[in-house]
Amino acid sequence: MDLKTAIFYFLATILVLASVRVITARNPVHAVLFLVLAFFTASGLWLLLQAEFLAISLVMVYVGAVMVLFLFVVMMLDINIARLRQGFWTYLPLGAAIGLLMLAEMALVLGGRYFWLEAMPEPAAPAAGYSNTKELGRLLFTDYVYPFELASVILLVAIIAAVMLTRRIRADKIHQNPREQIAVQRNDRIRIISMPSEKE
Amino acid sequence: MEAQFLQIVQMLQGFFGPVWPLVYTLLKIVGIILPLLLCVAYLTLAERKVIGAMQVRLGPNVVGPWGLLQPIADGLKLVFKEIIVPTQASKGIYFVGPALAFATALAAWAVVPFSEGWVLANVDAGVLYILAITSVGIYSIIIAGWASNSKYPFFAAMRSASQMVSYEIAMGFALVCVLMVSASLNLSDIVHVQGKGRFVDMGLGFLSWNWLPLLPMFLVFLISGIAETNRAPFDVVEGESEIVAGHMVEYSGMAFALFFLGEYSAMILVSVMTTIFFLGGWLSPVGFLPDSFVWLAAKTSFVLFLFLWFRATFPRYRYDQIMRLGWKIFVPLCMFWVLVVGIWMMSPLNIWK
Repeated sequence: MDLKTAIFYFLATILVLASVRVITARNPVHAVLFLVLAFFTASGLWLLLQAEFLAISLVMVYVGAVMVLFLFVVMMLDINIARLRQGFWTYLPLGAAIGLLMLAEMALVLGGRYFWLEAMPEPAAPAAGYSNTKELGRLLFTDYVYPFELASVILLVAIIAAVMLTRRIRADKIHQNPREQIAVQRNDRIRIISMPSEKE
Repeated sequence: MEAQFLQIVQMLQGFFGPVWPLVYTLLKIVGIILPLLLCVAYLTLAERKVIGAMQVRLGPNVVGPWGLLQPIADGLKLVFKEIIVPTQASKGIYFVGPALAFATALAAWAVVPFSEGWVLANVDAGVLYILAITSVGIYSIIIAGWASNSKYPFFAAMRSASQMVSYEIAMGFALVCVLMVSASLNLSDIVHVQGKGRFVDMGLGFLSWNWLPLLPMFLVFLISGIAETNRAPFDVVEGESEIVAGHMVEYSGMAFALFFLGEYSAMILVSVMTTIFFLGGWLSPVGFLPDSFVWLAAKTSFVLFLFLWFRATFPRYRYDQIMRLGWKIFVPLCMFWVLVVGIWMMSPLNIWK
């Protein structure tokens, strides 16, 4: 077993254990942290596949931003485990069906040689000076520019929709307006009046 | 000197045989981390001295000549202090927090080029690597705040995490401009691009560095860097008057020291990044002096001095003002400047060919 295989098995073991702990951990915060660990090891596996750009973006986007917000929400929730357990048996058939479907898909991928994997030619070994980042950038902004732009517009719409859905201006709350606070002049705050001293 | 060095390297190579690349990399890592930790130690002393001078005080001057042994004494004190774990703390995660803070602050240094060819890992996606590793650092703060099971650290963790996520966006957009003009994600290439241009031919290299054509982005990056490292005037995370002292209130001894070391090495990292992206890295400002590591060190020290200067000068921002600055001013400004740079590069006036 060479070093690369050893590293692969090392990372894969951590990934599988972390994923199992995501669904078995009792504390939801621990579960989220295990999910973060799973993402991080998955990016390590991608690095082994020489997809350094994807690996780093996985860490940057999912670990660095999405999971932070996720952790935020989970930390603030007051989760009642007993209530979550309710209806376990009603949802079991649906969950089992989805689980079986995923199992079948994984079997298709893992047992590729029984499903005509050889129909696809093996990718050529990268030439010297090959940069995964450069290649991806070229593809995204030439061949796939329309899907790429479309995806970004959809995301923008989603952001605006989320902001508009949660935005409500409450009349009973006192707001500070930083713009007015910054633009304040001396004359708005104090008034100097000339008042001659009085004698009795 | 050079020949002697090569001779020593060859001798060691013969001694270690096949594991030599591993040993050599480890040696290089030690060569980066040890000076870095020394810099962190003396940065704390410099901070106290500089702020002392600005407030017409002496600063530490008792331990050693001119107080030079003060950081060593502080370090020793922290090492021998008892680590107290709160009873209700989540034990395992409680210690992951400081370890993560320290580890991420050090890991980012792997791709930093110190001079021509002086870099541990010259990877193509260096900029992304730094952004990714520093964004993982947020977890140390959230974990510390949550695992302490105490209200003030929790508040601080909330404040800090949302502040860091917000300013990361402004920082990323400022970097997009730099990446557009350098056409590379490799940190060494970003420096090389700044060493070309009309002013370099005239012997005035410092005018061709990115800070001048991208001046608004330089300011955005510098200010976001200060906010990102939770330094004054953006240090609401440890606003003493409101929430005691941030996410590390419940930590003592070495556990606290790890947070401290992480914070200061993050400060040095942001300064080095500012130097590499906007101030020409190791390039010499004028034509008649050679490029060398000394310039990088000098520029980084200058940016660090700015950090200390700001701390001594500005009063603390209010939290909603911090958020407003990040989201409503910096992000739109950056987006506008990305457009400006894009149009500039497409026009005949393009200076980055």
